Amino acid sequence: MPVMDGRELRIVGFLCNWCSYGGADTAGVARFDQPTDLRVVRLPCTGRMDPLFVVKALLSGADGVLVSGCHPRDCHYSEGNFYARRRLEVLKQFLPVTGIDPERFEYTWVSASEGQKWQEVVTKFTERIHRLGPSPAIADAAEKLKAANLG
Amino acid sequence: MSKLDTLKEQIQEALPDLDFVVAWERGFDPAHATPYHIKEEADLDRMVLDATCAHNLASFLTGFKGKKVGVVVKGCDSRTVVQLMQEKLIDREAVTVFGVPCRGVLDKAKLRRAVDLSRVESLEADETTVRLSANGEEQELPREELVADKCITCRYPNPLEFDHMAGKPLEPVGDEATQCARIEAFEEKPVQERFEFWVGEMDRCIRCYACRNACPLCVCRDHCIGDSRDPHWVSQETDIRNKWMFQLIHASHLAGRCTECGECERACPMDIPVLMFKKKLSSAVKELFNYESGVDPAAIPPLFTFQIDEETINERGW
Repeated sequence: MPVMDGRELRIVGFLCNWCSYGGADTAGVARFDQPTDLRVVRLPCTGRMDPLFVVKALLSGADGVLVSGCHPRDCHYSEGNFYARRRLEVLKQFLPVTGIDPERFEYTWVSASEGQKWQEVVTKFTERIHRLGPSPAIADAAEKLKAANLG
Repeated sequence: MSKLDTLKEQIQEALPDLDFVVAWERGFDPAHATPYHIKEEADLDRMVLDATCAHNLASFLTGFKGKKVGVVVKGCDSRTVVQLMQEKLIDREAVTVFGVPCRGVLDKAKLRRAVDLSRVESLEADETTVRLSANGEEQELPREELVADKCITCRYPNPLEFDHMAGKPLEPVGDEATQCARIEAFEEKPVQERFEFWVGEMDRCIRCYACRNACPLCVCRDHCIGDSRDPHWVSQETDIRNKWMFQLIHASHLAGRCTECGECERACPMDIPVLMFKKKLSSAVKELFNYESGVDPAAIPPLFTFQIDEETINERGW
């Protein structure tokens, strides 16, 4: 699956260096077809993830954010992903009240050998984001609001 | 003896050992109270204690390092004291806490919407009614319509941490379910509507940072990432995105810490309901980790720890 039909959307992926980044590489080496909407930011560990990275990306116009790290118990630094899991889960529950669609954010675990799984994760997430469409523009909503206030 | 007299007596007794005590005095009109320092016995006469005493006086504590101070706290404010103790931001030995049970404080924004507050001559509030005389007009209003939202669902009317307590403990009026009802109703709206709601609210934000400055747990001072240029989390632009980002920074830095004292919302000159963010975070933390901030000074904050198998987290198996 090259570029999915129609416009390409912007998805930011935060991948940990040791597992998911390797997993994405494995998928590439094995020449698995993947959608091209995802832009990868490599992190040393998902423990480096500040939930605000996700918020900032989504508010700045990203259509989706995917965080992926080592499976729990497999963290290169022993416990980084355990902390990340708690933070990201709190974020996931927090997003609905902020007005940001929680469906646009997902976190998961992919190991360096799971090229196949990486392909599946990216494809499923990209499909989901395409179903949701581009994220709503703040400027449009502000315009609409202004018009409503005047009228 | 009234609550105020008991409190005055307790403060009078403790005052010789303290540098000062923070309490409330009458503000510029009878509808307002304002924090002040009691340094000597004569200052005690100015003290007031009623439904206008909305400020969380525990907010000042982190600025009083090295001094021996006293502070008057309501139930909700005492949770701030506990949280500050837990984070080792105050030396409990150096602080004398005077607790007062509280039946709720008046919300100035609600009051302003109900009556013209330009010339208030007197204001008295009892358990059910608020009697107010403003602009030469006497008015009686039901108290429940004027108390702050956090008070309607208050679960901690009595201080949890205190050295002296003035008055008898009160029954809590709310429970967790009523506390979450408003947020749940909001969350049920379509996402587009929620998005537009916050765009509208953030559009009104004037980025005065009063919410942050009033927050008793925003303790980074000069290191706040909302002000820093490196890292550059928010720019100097005054667009909605930056204001929204700032509010979400404020909220997420309070995840598992916020004691819902409501100072952010009270301080907001634009009446933006920013406490909603924090309430949601608290209820998420409660649900996920069965943890409540500002209750146990010895507790380990939920985001400082983990379990290898998290029973409450469904990782949505991909």
